[in-house]
Amino acid sequence: MIDRRLLTNIDWMLAGLVIAVCLLGILNIYSATTPYKIVATPYYIKQFYWLLVGMFIALMVCTVDYHVLEDLSYWLYVIIVFLLVVVLVIGRRSMGATRWLNLGLFNVQPSELMKIVIIMTFARFFNNFQSIGGLTVKDMLLPLSILALPALLIMKQPDLGTAILVILIALSMSVYRGLRWSTVVTFVLVTVPLAWAGWSFFLRPYQKNRILDFLDPERSRLGSGYHIIQSKIAVGSGGFFGKGFVKGTQAQLRFLPEQHTDFAFSVFAEEWGFIGCMVLIILYLSLVLWGLNIARRCNDRFGALLAIGVTAMLFWHIVINMGMVIGMFPVVGVPMPFFSYGGTSMITSMVGIGILQNISMRRFMF
Amino acid sequence: MKGQRFVREVMESKQRILVISFVVGAIFLILLLRLWHLQILSTDDYRSMSENNRLRFVPVAASRGAIMDRSGMVLVSNRPSFSLAVVPQEVKDKDALLGRLAGLLGLDRAELEERWSKVKGRAKYYPVVLASNISRDQVEIIEENRLRLPGVEVEMKPVREYSSKVLAAHLLGYIGEISDEEMNRKGYEEYNLGDYVGKNGIERSWEQELHGNDGGRQLEVDARGKVLRTVSESYPTVGNSVVLTIDAAVQKQAEKAFGDQAGAAVALDVNTGEVLAFVSTPAFDPALFSGKLPPDVWKSYLEDKRHPLENKALTGQYPPGSTFKVITALAGLENGLISDSSSVDCRGSYELGNSVFKCWNKHGHGTTNLKKSLRESCDVYYYQLGERLGVDLIAKTAQKFLLGTPMGIGLSNEKPGLIPTAEWKQKRYGKRWFQGETISVSIGQGYVLMTPIQMASMIATVANEGTVYRPFLVKRIVDADGKPLKEFKPEVIGRTGISPDKFRLVKQGLFAVVNEPGGTGGMARLYDVRVAGKTGTSQVVKLRDSKQGTPYQFRDHALFVAFAPYDKPEIAVAVIVEHGEHGGGSAAPIAGRILRAYFDGKKPVQKSTGSPRNSDTEDDEDEEQPPPSQKPRLNGDSAND
Repeated sequence: MIDRRLLTNIDWMLAGLVIAVCLLGILNIYSATTPYKIVATPYYIKQFYWLLVGMFIALMVCTVDYHVLEDLSYWLYVIIVFLLVVVLVIGRRSMGATRWLNLGLFNVQPSELMKIVIIMTFARFFNNFQSIGGLTVKDMLLPLSILALPALLIMKQPDLGTAILVILIALSMSVYRGLRWSTVVTFVLVTVPLAWAGWSFFLRPYQKNRILDFLDPERSRLGSGYHIIQSKIAVGSGGFFGKGFVKGTQAQLRFLPEQHTDFAFSVFAEEWGFIGCMVLIILYLSLVLWGLNIARRCNDRFGALLAIGVTAMLFWHIVINMGMVIGMFPVVGVPMPFFSYGGTSMITSMVGIGILQNISMRRFMF
Repeated sequence: MKGQRFVREVMESKQRILVISFVVGAIFLILLLRLWHLQILSTDDYRSMSENNRLRFVPVAASRGAIMDRSGMVLVSNRPSFSLAVVPQEVKDKDALLGRLAGLLGLDRAELEERWSKVKGRAKYYPVVLASNISRDQVEIIEENRLRLPGVEVEMKPVREYSSKVLAAHLLGYIGEISDEEMNRKGYEEYNLGDYVGKNGIERSWEQELHGNDGGRQLEVDARGKVLRTVSESYPTVGNSVVLTIDAAVQKQAEKAFGDQAGAAVALDVNTGEVLAFVSTPAFDPALFSGKLPPDVWKSYLEDKRHPLENKALTGQYPPGSTFKVITALAGLENGLISDSSSVDCRGSYELGNSVFKCWNKHGHGTTNLKKSLRESCDVYYYQLGERLGVDLIAKTAQKFLLGTPMGIGLSNEKPGLIPTAEWKQKRYGKRWFQGETISVSIGQGYVLMTPIQMASMIATVANEGTVYRPFLVKRIVDADGKPLKEFKPEVIGRTGISPDKFRLVKQGLFAVVNEPGGTGGMARLYDVRVAGKTGTSQVVKLRDSKQGTPYQFRDHALFVAFAPYDKPEIAVAVIVEHGEHGGGSAAPIAGRILRAYFDGKKPVQKSTGSPRNSDTEDDEDEEQPPPSQKPRLNGDSAND
């Protein structure tokens, strides 16, 4: 199935960076979950299994020429939007939000799949779209509608974090495709009132609270602002060298919320300090730059767009999660790709890596 | 054409990727700067916040130091008091536990519930006291049933114990829970709410020595407040002990001598200023004050006309009455107005302008010289002397004895007394001084006020012929093992500058008061020690005529000041019996018993092998004992003053 020639073209840089981050992540999950009373398989072992599953899926994605994705994209878009509707109607409750769909053997989170599908959809749309001198407002009407439908559905679940990510991915791809300045200005003029309207009519009280807490963490020390403060304390008290592996008091005494998933970086920063953070940030920066490099080297527009989309997805996950952990953004429940514990996040990210690998391997095939 | 456009588009895309790469780098840099800010610039703040997060401090109170008399006899110490406490986080079934405790220990279930309900809002690792002051039997029952009582602890807390309940209650003072006002006081910065501090007397003045250093346990807790381990533990250090100058035997006799009379007595070492006895009666029970004072006891204290809560020796200000004649006499001698040969004819009264001032003896004393004037306490002698001196010269002499200012005995709230002058009256009342007022002052009435401490100091200064020592209560501070830490030396705070021969003239008169026929202080006489003294009556209201039916609170105070031995004075004593009417009748015998107790304690061989007196350097000196005189007897006609 796999072309011999392809194997020789495997992008080891990409694979290496991802595996390095994953291994650091597993190490960190080990530390973050030591205070937990685990009856079954420990989280770090499970995360290792997820890594294997993820690598397998990435490999699967590699085998199919990514051009197939172009044909599939619109179909997938329709299916996922349909699933999002289904999830709203009959989804089962989880974490105070309806996000999951029980498919018998396993649960599916359609909003998570939407991150990948929006990349494919936008890549196909922009690939076929003719424009000179940048996209105009009129040019953007259709893609924005394509974006708005799933984004609103996801927001409705409510899953603000994923909705924001889907929007950011799509917008990043639009920027890459080239926007006119007039488009950017119009966009700002329209979104600001819309954001106000959204705040007034759309956001749930807990979402508003999160944003308010972010703006003023002291607002409710033991409320949701508590998470931000505890996380900042963990990161800050780590200092330059950190408190040492499995020695972070904030994490070991469970002052951190969801410390093996969304706040995993907080644990890492406490235990490994500024030095450790720098290593992790360099790994991530390299990964993102490498993704952009793959896009740059790709000789067809669809491939480049796909690569940009996937890279944007990783980039925004990293920035939002890290920003949240260090108190720059509100708590929106976005995991750190490859680093936070969680199968869903691992699979989505690995599908993305599979696409990048796919593009990178086939760059000479044209 | 199409190909060209494609190439241009590709070029543009590649350029855009370059720009995007820079933007990405910049954003990562911002994240890194933020981390730099948190982890490098503000790390100290966050580190202490994380420490505060996980560490909790549970204090353990230090055992308070003891208070001892000069020989090392313990007056106040601590005894263990047990209380039943529960650590809420370890209790799974509260109702079952409380029921079991009530059954085992015979405690009131409702009260346990009530105490438990006070837990709300407190950390769950902090023990809650359910019953305090439980008996040793109850402690044993708890220990036996330990396994069935999860979370139950027996706490041992030291409680103040007074060796003999009312011994020097006012002097020692009592302890109580720290007040909000005290928390803000200087020197109390380290204290926590709920700490016990000295509220009064020595307990308060020497708080810093007695308190000791509280210890505590630093516990590590998790986010839910569950205790995981003890990080560090500091043991409390016992407070230092205070060794008083007080002689417990003398103190006890002095207290007993008052019976149920109200009053005060201060005994001083003539040559050092050490306070040997410090009495204010009636006393209160200091043990009651450290706990919750029963309301009825509190009420009875407040309603008692004899004012048991008042420290009369320290804060009572009384007109010194005839004891002040000592000052007037010395003023006369100093200013050359009288000598041992000059005399006055007392006819029972003295006229000044339109007023007539009566002598206490309406029949008059006849020809009266200095010695007789003191012995028989002739008022007329001092009326005429006072008139010739004027109030300011009397005041000048009084001030040489440092009267009119607090002596600095080292207890808070010591009163200054009052020595009036013409200038003082002008300032205070805006009125000029009248000569008639000088007449009152000359016999220690009118505006003159002295505390018992000042009276004792005055007579001690007469006895040692001119040196004013600061009366002091604390001889030394020792640590828990008895090792001396601080020693307090006598302090001379004034010298009168009056020549000894003048003192001797006065002292001869004071000796006669006690030992000669016609003397007013015969009841202070001892058979083996020569005592000198002076009686006094402190007017409460001017109701001199109706003597029999005077209600208690209007009766005069009885005073007596004395020193002994006459030839080589060691101890001076001042006694005031409130509303005791006659100095010679009610105050002199008390002074006599105080002196008796002092000299008994000095005898080298004793039946009840008392603790050796460790400070008396003159102990082994051979003292010239005067031949035992006749039994003390009451001078029928001189008991009055």
